[in-house]
Amino acid sequence: MPKSMNEIFDYLNSLFPEAALQFDEAVPCVIVPAALIKEVALQARDDQELLFDTLMCLSGVDNADETLGAVYHLDSMTHRHKLTLKVIVPATAPHIPSVDRVWRIAEWHEREAFDLIGVIFDGNSDLRRILLPEDWEGHPLRKDYEVPEFYNGMKVPY
Amino acid sequence: MGLLSKQFDDGNIVLTSVEGVLNWARLCSLWQMSFGLACCAIEMMAASASHNDIMRFGVLPRPSPRQCDVMIVAGTVTLKMATRLKRLYEQMAEPRYVVSMGSCSNCGGPYWEHGYHVLKGVDRVVPVDVYIPGCPPRPEALLEGWMRLQEKVREFTLVKPEGQHA
Ligand code: SF4
Repeated sequence: MPKSMNEIFDYLNSLFPEAALQFDEAVPCVIVPAALIKEVALQARDDQELLFDTLMCLSGVDNADETLGAVYHLDSMTHRHKLTLKVIVPATAPHIPSVDRVWRIAEWHEREAFDLIGVIFDGNSDLRRILLPEDWEGHPLRKDYEVPEFYNGMKVPY
Repeated sequence: MGLLSKQFDDGNIVLTSVEGVLNWARLCSLWQMSFGLACCAIEMMAASASHNDIMRFGVLPRPSPRQCDVMIVAGTVTLKMATRLKRLYEQMAEPRYVVSMGSCSNCGGPYWEHGYHVLKGVDRVVPVDVYIPGCPPRPEALLEGWMRLQEKVREFTLVKPEGQHA
């Protein structure tokens, strides 16, 4: 049976009563504390009521208020319902447990979020830059990113 | 040179300069290194396809820089790619040429201001012989650029400049 995101939120809340999950009405999503994301992800994948077998997308976010985040778009092939999870962490210590053991595809998505935003996914099996060269400095999609003057002797600005 | 378009009535001797015949041979067989980097590469491929048939200019796309005379930089050169591009250019045998195709490789194109990762002009890493404007340039524009390059090859000289000693 497909569930609405509200129903899924209530259900998750009953499973994780002390987790202080929040539901964001503006952009429907469930805000999960960083420390619990792996447990919630595993539950979402394996619970017979939920069966979120697909991680459609994992994005890194700079919220421009000294916090970074990750957004997980989940889909269930079996139940035909969807869920959005969000994790918010302080920009000074942007650590989020990796979910690459829950959905294997998360490995690349987490590397991309690490590369461009600088979120550190603890436990990711191969957390290297994925798009930018390995010797690149900084995370260019951060709001406070400054474009370097030179990269390897090549002038960068126009 | 128009060598082959002339009618030969008799005889089988053609007189020309060494330079003339070598340049003619080279400009009619400029082998191309496939360097399709973004959307411009689609137009480069269209130039190779039957409608425009760039092969009638003697252009053969080769996958190895060591067999190539010309590098057509077709598309957005990222800084990451620029490092590789320079390496590949250095592997080409001289004399070698570079055609910069499209705004991206000419000057950064749409990414000139906010593209933190884009090289603002491939001439910052390798010398460019012909620039083709457009976003993307039509295949006709590439052919026009190719003929400009042929003019350049035609002028190539083996004679050392006056006053220069070996
Ligand atoms: S010049 Fe335009 S068409 Fe060519 S690669 Fe750049 S954006 Fe694409």
